[in-house]
Amino acid sequence: MGSTHEVTVDVNGRSRRATVAARTSLADFLRDELNLTGTHLGCEHGVCGACTVLLNGTPVRSCIMLAAQADGESVTTIEGLSDEHGNLNPVQEAFCRSHALQCGFCTPGMVLAVQSLVDTVEEPTREDIDEAIGGNICRCTGYVQIREAARSAVEEARCARAATGAGGAR
Amino acid sequence: MKPIDFHLHRPTTLAEAIALLAEHGDDAKVLAGGQSLLPLLNFRLARPEHVVDLGRLTTLRTTRRTTDGLTLGAMVTYARAEASRAVAEDAPLLAAALPFVAHKPVRARGTVGGSIAHGDPAAELPAVIRALDAVMVAAGPRGVRRIPAAEFFVGNLVTALEVDEILTGIDVARPARGTGAAFTEVGRRQGDFALVGAGAQVTVADGVVVDVRIALTGIAGVPHRATEAETLLTGVPPADLDLDAAADATRAVIAPSGDLHATADYRRDVAGVLLGRVVATAVERATGHAHRAA
Ligand SMILES: Cc1cc2nc3c(=O)[nH]c(=O)nc-3n(C[C@H](O)[C@H](O)[C@H](O)COP(=O)(O)OP(=O)(O)OC[C@H]3O[C@@H](n4cnc5c(N)ncnc54)[C@H](O)[C@@H]3O)c2cc1C
Ligand code: FES
Ligand code: FES
Repeated sequence: MGSTHEVTVDVNGRSRRATVAARTSLADFLRDELNLTGTHLGCEHGVCGACTVLLNGTPVRSCIMLAAQADGESVTTIEGLSDEHGNLNPVQEAFCRSHALQCGFCTPGMVLAVQSLVDTVEEPTREDIDEAIGGNICRCTGYVQIREAARSAVEEARCARAATGAGGAR
Repeated sequence: MKPIDFHLHRPTTLAEAIALLAEHGDDAKVLAGGQSLLPLLNFRLARPEHVVDLGRLTTLRTTRRTTDGLTLGAMVTYARAEASRAVAEDAPLLAAALPFVAHKPVRARGTVGGSIAHGDPAAELPAVIRALDAVMVAAGPRGVRRIPAAEFFVGNLVTALEVDEILTGIDVARPARGTGAAFTEVGRRQGDFALVGAGAQVTVADGVVVDVRIALTGIAGVPHRATEAETLLTGVPPADLDLDAAADATRAVIAPSGDLHATADYRRDVAGVLLGRVVATAVERATGHAHRAA
């Protein structure tokens, strides 16, 4: 028998305490313990990006991180982007508007990758967009619509900032 | 797939971590960023009974400038190193290579020390560390050892670290003024392990190249330092550098293997081409002038 660990993880703004087995990945913890099945598992070795979540705001692969390593950290999953009524956030809206998904398997990872770009880079270039989603594999769309969604989300964030006069990205 | 059951230890001091490794020996594995180890665990290619996570050893996460260079903590992530001014100034070749390592989400977790301890000859950092003649600092039950890069990389995924030793830091010497560096690689997809990569750091003083260090990835079982090319380029004024001769000298001594992705001949040829390019760019950055072919 392996060891078990008490963890406290902030998930989508809610503090969650649990006892996890050492070998439990963050992805399995989110999916199986917290029923947050929007985090998808494709390859389970860090290659496809379907399992991307934000760890303290930064995209990471939840399949190659242990749940125990997330103790004391803050995690945002795809479920954390929409509001309590299920209204989609601007990046998610941009994906819909741009027809940036077909089967939807890669979508949570893609959306979170773009969300992080919008949150952290003020004026992302086309290269920044490609870099942001470059580690995420999509088997359906051919990427053109995903790039378009990212561009649209970036543009919308820029307009929103201009309208509120906010000081820009973090 | 999922890993086999194991005991996870999360020590908060180096002494505790070393004691755990001393106790469990071959049955234990060190966990740093997990970006190589977790895939191996998931596939059950690694089946350790004990995993010793270095994540709480905050002292290994610092980058310190010393009088003659830089001490990089083993647990500094690629992302942190990429954002560090000290790394950009004191280890320009390392800084040039970092953006080529994997994708951003992997660079957010993966560590400088993890890459070096893993010792993958296709990886960027081991080759760069070898070319820079950096010194690896390892701590174990028998004390602290300083291992020069030339002795550190022993074989494919094999390093001079003992099973009960922890790589704590990497010492990189500060280059002289008039130093420039460049890195580039050829791969199937951006972010994947490259087929072949090349990096160069060049110092120009009094109108001649006084120091040149060339790193190649993906062309041998260990990270390759292209000393044969370095010899031809040292002591030469930048305008007279014969990059084709340097490339051919390297092509003559390397013996890459071929696989599904690229033949050995292709890899050998590309290594020479990339070598010429990175040296030209490094010279340009060192002198502020574009390199003219001799
Ligand atoms: C999709 C994907 C793409 C990748 N592409 C690239 C790439 O293009 N280039 C590249 O270089 N790498 C690539 N990697 C690998 C990545 O860089 C890893 O982060 C790196 O190889 C290991 O660093 P880590 O901190 O994650 O170490 P871990 O995975 O935690 O450990 C790796 C090994 O080193 C040992 N180890 C780690 N730290 C220490 C220490 N301080 N002392 C003693 N032993 C230690 C561990 O026991 C283990 O055997 C990729 C990984 C993924 C998942
Ligand atoms: S499931 Fe994590 S990267 Fe593919
Ligand atoms: S929409 Fe099907 S994998 Fe991307």
